[in-house]
This record gives sequence, C-alpha cells and structure tokens, in this order.
Amino acid sequence: MKVALFVTCVNDLVFPGTGRAVVQVLERLGHTVEFPVEQGCCGQMHANSGYREEALPLVANFVKTFDGYDAVVGPSGSCVAMVRDWYPKLVPDATEVVARTYELSELLVDVLGVTDVGATFPHRVTYHPTCHGLRLLHLGDRPRRLLESVRDLELLDLPGAEECCGFGGTFSVKNAGVSGAMLADKCRSIVDTGAEYVAAVDNSCLAHIGGGLSRTSGPAKAIHYAEILAATS
Amino acid sequence: MSGGNIVARRPFPAAAREELGDAQLRANLRKATHTIRDKRLRVVGEVPDWEALRQSGAAIKDDVLSRLPELLEEFEATATAAGATVHWARDAAEACAVVTQLVRDTGATEVVKVKSMATQEIGLNEALEAAGIDAVETDLAELIVQLADDTPSHILVPAIHYNRSQIREIFTRNGLSALTDDPPALAEAARRHLRAKFLSARVGISGANFAVAESGALVVVESEGNGRMCLTLPETLISVVGIEKILPTFRDLEVFLQLLPRSSTGERMNPYTSLWTGVTPGDGPQTVHIVLVDNGRTETLADDVGRQALRCIRCSACLNVCPVYERVGGHAYGSVYPGPIGAILSPQMSGEGANRTLPYASTLCGACYDACPVQINIPEVLVHLRQTGPHPVAERAAMRALSWAMRDRRRYTAALRAARRGAAPVRWVAGRRGTVRHLPWPLSRWTSTRDAPLPAKQTFREWWATERGQA
Repeated sequence: MKVALFVTCVNDLVFPGTGRAVVQVLERLGHTVEFPVEQGCCGQMHANSGYREEALPLVANFVKTFDGYDAVVGPSGSCVAMVRDWYPKLVPDATEVVARTYELSELLVDVLGVTDVGATFPHRVTYHPTCHGLRLLHLGDRPRRLLESVRDLELLDLPGAEECCGFGGTFSVKNAGVSGAMLADKCRSIVDTGAEYVAAVDNSCLAHIGGGLSRTSGPAKAIHYAEILAATS
Repeated sequence: MSGGNIVARRPFPAAAREELGDAQLRANLRKATHTIRDKRLRVVGEVPDWEALRQSGAAIKDDVLSRLPELLEEFEATATAAGATVHWARDAAEACAVVTQLVRDTGATEVVKVKSMATQEIGLNEALEAAGIDAVETDLAELIVQLADDTPSHILVPAIHYNRSQIREIFTRNGLSALTDDPPALAEAARRHLRAKFLSARVGISGANFAVAESGALVVVESEGNGRMCLTLPETLISVVGIEKILPTFRDLEVFLQLLPRSSTGERMNPYTSLWTGVTPGDGPQTVHIVLVDNGRTETLADDVGRQALRCIRCSACLNVCPVYERVGGHAYGSVYPGPIGAILSPQMSGEGANRTLPYASTLCGACYDACPVQINIPEVLVHLRQTGPHPVAERAAMRALSWAMRDRRRYTAALRAARRGAAPVRWVAGRRGTVRHLPWPLSRWTSTRDAPLPAKQTFREWWATERGQA
C-alpha cells in the first residue's frame, strides 16, 4: 500500500525521529511511504485558539496536498483529530481526504490489520492515552495492543491514565499554573509506576510531560510510541 | 441585560493562581470529586440505554429551546389557572426586586430557602439582607457556606472546598454544637438549628429543576428533605425559575429524573422529588408565586452554537470530571456557575468583567462532553467563544504571521530552517540534557513549569531530502 506521511509541523521541526520511525515501521511491513513536501501545519492551534480565518489557508493546503492518496497517516492524535473533527465544518467538500486520514494505530490495526510490527524494546513502558486520541478519535486499546506485541517490552498500567496531562495547546502558557499542577500529578503517577518510558500518540503532550519529567529525579522519559514500534533492539 | 453573581471580577489565570496555592483546598477537592466521579461511573454503567437517554434529554431540551416563547406562555396560563401568580423578570435586579416586594407584602422578616442556583445567580440573599429580611439557607452545604460567610464553589456541593473538621469549626463559631466531626454529628447539629426555623417560617423560597408547561407544575429534586420542609410548611412559597427550565409535558420528566440523580450525586434515584401545581386548598402553601427570570438567557439563545449551554440541568457532572476544576475549585471562576459549564454559561449570559477569560480555562480534554447527560459539546462552545471574543493584538499578529508562513512550501521550509539555526546556540547551552530550563519572557511561561524541547539538528524534511533525494 502507498501511504502519504503527514508528519505534522511539530514533528517536522522538533521531533523528526517520530517521522523517521513511521517511515521505518511502514517500510518494514512492506508498504511504500511518500512525503508530499507541500504539506505544512494542519491548523489545529489556530482553530482551537479562536483563529478560524487564519486556520483556513492551512486547512486548504492540507486538502490540496493530500488529495488523491489512498491513505494519509499522521503520528499525532490531536492533528488527526483536527482533520476529522474540524475539517468537515471548515471545508465540507473535503470528505474523501478526511475519511482516508488515519492516526498511526488506526492505519496499522484497522487498515493494515497488524498488531505485531516486528519491534523489540527491552524496557519498562507505561502508556498515557492522550485526550484527543481517547475522546475524539476513540483510539481505544489500539496503541496498547501494538505496544503489547513488542518483544521484551513490559507494559505497566498508569493510574489515572485517562486524565489530561495539562498541556492543552495555548492553555499551557495562558494558564501555566494550572497546567503545571496537572502536569505534576501526571508526572507523579508516571514515576510511581517505575517505568523507564511513558509512551503516547502525541508529541505535543509528550513535550509537556517530558519537560516535567526531566525536573523529577526519576529515570522516566517521554517517547512517541512510533519510535518504540520502530525499535528492533 | 443581565447581572448578579455571574460576573468574574478577576481574570481566571490570576484567580486560579491564588487557589492553586491552597494545598488543603486541592486535597479536599481531589478527594470529593474523585468520590463522586467513581459513584457516577458505577450507576451510569448499569443503565443499558444511557446513550439513548442522553440523546433524548438533549432532543427534549432542544425542542424546548426552539419554541421557548410559546411554552413559557403555556406555562404561565396553566400555572395561573392552578392558582399561582406568575411574574416575569428581565434580569437579576428585577427578579430581586419582585421577590423582595413579595416578602415585604407578607410582613415576614425571615424566609427559609431551598437550595437553588437561580437565587444564587441573582444574588437574592444579598438583596433580602439589604431589605432587612433574613434568608436562611436550609440545604446543609448551603448552610455551611452561609455560616462561613463564604460563597458556593460547586453547583451541587456548594461546600465541597471544606472538609469535615473545617465544617465543625464553622458550626462551633456560629453556636451550633457538634460533639465530633462525624457526618452524623454534624448533620444532627444542623437539624436542631434548622427545625426551629422550619416551624416558624411564614415564607419559603425555592428554585425549580423543571417547570412543566402542560400543567404548570414545578419540580424540585433534592437529597435531604429540607427542601420538602420549605416547600410545604410556610404559608407563602416563592419560586425563582430560569426561563430555560421548561419541559413541555409531565412525561418528559421520565427522561430527566433518570439522567439527573445518576449524573449529579451518583445515585439511581434521589431521596426527595417534590412536585406542586399552584395552590391546593388546605394543603401546603396557600399563596404561590413563580418568578420567571431571563438574566442573559435570551441572548444566549440567539447564538446558534452557544445555545446548547441552555440544555444544562445543573447536575455538575462536568465539574466533577474536569481536571482544571479539580485543581482550582469553583471560586476561581468568579461566578455561581463554575467549571466547564460555567466557562461557557457565564460569558454568554454576561460579557462583563473578566468573563472573557473563562473560555480559555480549559485544555479541551473533552471529559466534560463525555459526562454531560444532555450532550452539551462544551469544548465546541469554548472554541466558539474564543473565536467570537476579542483577541490580544500581539497574539493575533503572531497567529497571522504563523499562518502566512505555514501555508506556503517555500516560506514554511525557510521558517523551519531559521528556527533550527536559531536554536543552535541554545542547544550548546542546553548541553547533554537537550532541553532548556529557563527561557526569557514570553517563553518563560512555558519554562516556569517544565523544560522546553529544542528544534532538532535536522528537520524531518531535510532528512527526507537527504535520504530520498526530494524536496
């Protein structure tokens, strides 16, 4: 299958390793990955912050760039949720590209029918289901099933997993105090599991969680689950 | 036009910062919200058609909102025919004036009150006090808040911010003696205090959870039975009701009496549900007044997206699941309607004060929408209010610049490259950790609570171009 990678702007600039990991996983499974270079930002930050007019050209660019691909995969729950939740309201004629845009675990489990992607990751990992992945995309246990199939990985339950980490886009700076209080509770839960890594489907939440974890004394680090799925040793 | 206790005096971030400093408050809130949250999940989980019930609740409320004027007139006619007197109030001040005059006409100087959000909203206690009338709150939690000279911090559990030893202290300060801080001992102290009030009161004041248009009946849903005392013992009963509380028929209660208790207290059924229709000769209050209050509801109704907030049945499930509410409590929202529903209700009912900061008091995590028994899409309305509200000049400029840069491949690639290069010296400072601990303002708002990640040495598109020879 030919899959177009929608890497997302945050990953392009700050977490390119996540994009490379998606390429590795899909190619290992025998699929062809394309990277349409016209792509930019999906417009989520603008739309969620009340800048719909400023989001529209970004939305139009996404639709134009990815129109015609069999499948578009984005390693970000919130960016894919932006496409699925918002695009039908903003560009009603973009239904086809919206229907073919998947978060990585949806593409792997639902479209390609795979849960074992041939990865090995000999570490203790806990999984944080991000809000948009959980409540907008309804990813359910797909990411967990993928992680459970990784060789030598010990998956630890995260207490209060479904509680928001406190990132919330511009909320993290507009209400930094509350965001920090939520983060502190999330970090404590993660550290208490004894995990070496906390995995999630969204690097924006993970940047926030990882930034909090690096101020704790524990060993836990944030990692995008695609990078675990790409690991082979 | 609107007013009363729905206008935040301070911006949410400033008010929240102060509340965050109170460790006892956070511990109290965490314990209480998690307890109710778990109870709600258990009793909702045992209803096989819960989703269908939510849909019915939303549909009935939407039908009401689409023909509110006609239903209100029907209610006025049926209630009047049943012996009640119906009054109309455009805003909080008018509603307070009507009620104050009605109490004065009876000559009473003390009234007993059923727990009611509408009377809290219009600031009735303050208005009555100014007129020399004592308003006695009879709901246990409202009584605690009143004795503490405080304001409610939760729709259902107004004293949620206190633990029981703090409550005993408040009682002791006010001459109510409780031997221990056991809940039964505290309840007994309140019972002794209130019983005398019930028996001597000539006027009762209530709100209503529902107002049935076809019959003119009002409905109050409660747990303690103190409401039932106020609704039945006094000679005069005055009920203050928001105009959105209307239900078309008695049959519609079937849906809401299932949705409300499970969503609010986490009970299958609440202990006391009182229904009354005007005056029944020889039984209960012989003079019955109903004050229908607008106070910003008509303006809210005019907004296509925002009007769904008027479906709210004040269950407070959204407060109990909200991670923001759990950290800061109700007072930070500056309105009698706190939490997620308050963040969309208060700014729509009144654009005054700092209410415009409330739509930003959310991470858009969506837990409130999932919990809402009438399917109010709170995140959708929050974003809608952010869209229609004013934007800071600098923020708008930055958002425009970002949008301009990111919509075009050349500009976007150049911007990524510039960000990567600009970060090079910072990366050198960051050293092996690879993250930054302190950044100058305005980025310090990020590093105040967590380290900042840095742009990578090579962007993804640069890697792709090198590896795959494109771009």
